Amino acid sequence: MSGLIGKKIGMTSIYSAEGTVAKQIPCTLIQAGPCVVTQVKTTKNDGYEAIQVGFDDKKEKNTPKPLQGHFNKANTTPKRKLVEFQFNKNVELGQEITVGDVFAEGDFVDVVGTSKGKGFQGVVKRHGFHGVGGATHGQHNRQRHPGSIGAASYPARVFKGLKMAGRTGNKRVKIQNLRIVKIYPEQNLILVSGSVPGAKNSYVIIEK
Amino acid sequence: MNPLLKLVEDEYQETRKNMPDFGPGDTVNVHVKIKEGNKERIQQFRGTVIQRRNPSSNGETFTVRKVSGGIGVERIFPLLSPNIDKIEVVRKGKVRRARLFYLRGRSGKAARIKEKK
Repeated sequence: MSGLIGKKIGMTSIYSAEGTVAKQIPCTLIQAGPCVVTQVKTTKNDGYEAIQVGFDDKKEKNTPKPLQGHFNKANTTPKRKLVEFQFNKNVELGQEITVGDVFAEGDFVDVVGTSKGKGFQGVVKRHGFHGVGGATHGQHNRQRHPGSIGAASYPARVFKGLKMAGRTGNKRVKIQNLRIVKIYPEQNLILVSGSVPGAKNSYVIIEK
Repeated sequence: MNPLLKLVEDEYQETRKNMPDFGPGDTVNVHVKIKEGNKERIQQFRGTVIQRRNPSSNGETFTVRKVSGGIGVERIFPLLSPNIDKIEVVRKGKVRRARLFYLRGRSGKAARIKEKK
């Protein structure tokens, strides 16, 4: 599994001329890389093969000394986001990986991001409960409530993991099989069909 | 808009420029490409533009209304769609609002629109 770190830029749409009728495809634009290889992990040293890549510069004064040393080894500026990937190709420490090295148009990728936080939400929004569905027929004021959460003296407790209201969103979410519609190698941009978790300007991991 | 996002949308700049200037109240003749197997033919849809939505975005659409055999027909076209061959503006209309939904409730003489001089 190879991939890159990116930043969600926003959504737009394009038209595809395939098929009998031209279709409008909703797309997300992602700034993908360029990423720098900050560490190469080997079976001998670390017990497994992987590379660590960094994305997006940050100031040296905002970087702890031990991390500064880590980046100095790779001979790069400090990076905000570090992620490990398993690359099949041979890569060297300090090497820059760009969009063209990893992706091609028509590829299917998985995109990982942190979903937008929704705060404390009820069961209808959080778990897709259907609510009551009507305010009449003697219904009081509990249209969006979860209903019963269990039986009585047996089991005499509420089961663990029962779906209830609570903090929603702001979680790691992976969307699988998004098609790469277009690549802009000069600007390090990729256009994937469909939506991607998270807010604009949030980091995403694009896996292939 | 984000300048990078603009880069993607600018690809349709050419199509947008070739479109005539029209708005709600205008009578237009939309030439739509229709593919049947390998053959391609052009169908025309003539009517009054009753609204334009999402202006200046790639998803911009316009709605054309005509009365066909006593039955009102409305078609929504994406402005930049490659299915649209061309748009002819037949008549400029003088209207005072952006969305002409009031036309739906009217017929005959009441549904007339004054021409812009």
